[in-house]
Amino acid sequence: MSDCLTLRFTVPADDFTRAGEASSSTKATLKQLGLPADIIRRVAIVMYEGEINMVIHANGGEITVEICPDQIVMVLKDTGPGIPDIQQAMQAGWSTASGAARDLGFGAGMGLPNMKKCADSLDIESTVGVGTTVTAVVRL
Amino acid sequence: MTVGELMDSGLFQVVNRGDDLDRPVERVFCCDLLSVAMCNAPAGCAWVTVMGNINTLAVVALTDAACVVLAGGAHLDDTAAQRAVQQGITVLATDQPIFEAALAIHQRLA
Repeated sequence: MSDCLTLRFTVPADDFTRAGEASSSTKATLKQLGLPADIIRRVAIVMYEGEINMVIHANGGEITVEICPDQIVMVLKDTGPGIPDIQQAMQAGWSTASGAARDLGFGAGMGLPNMKKCADSLDIESTVGVGTTVTAVVRL
Repeated sequence: MTVGELMDSGLFQVVNRGDDLDRPVERVFCCDLLSVAMCNAPAGCAWVTVMGNINTLAVVALTDAACVVLAGGAHLDDTAAQRAVQQGITVLATDQPIFEAALAIHQRLA
């Protein structure tokens, strides 16, 4: 039997009002498990940025969070347009967000850099026209 | 100074009275880009911003900010106002620009 707890979320497309639900739910679970505040904050930031990216760029997607004794693994999978140049997307300040997203305070080009900063490891696999899977790990 | 004391200070209009009024306000933080705020807003801060949408409240909740102050005449949209009530987040507002609003809080903390 696995020692890991698995949480699964669906992120709806184009719905900024629900973006953050997966992060909030995960944060509440980690709090209940008594994990350190710094870990919870880092996981919440990775989750939230991932959710927002899915809403802005990818028509929603699926998030799986695996909470294990030694690490928390977040897999954020979408079937959106894909990222043509991942290196460019990782640069702070680079953004292809819409005007609507910018009006809401997003689109600063900080999403992926923030995720990288808060995760111990961040892996992005993306194929244009197929989708993107981001795997982020926070070690405990 | 606690959130409740900031609320009662008369500096700002009270948009929503949150749940944790005894919580100390430890710092002031100013930022309007949500991703930047998400990464840098310190827990326990009074966050001063002109962004009054539902995502502002998500960032407050996720960063553990003590409260949010909407400056420059910004206001919560209806969805955000409902969410503030649901989540028990203290929301204050002022017509003052961000700097003046933040400075007023900072002077109370000093």
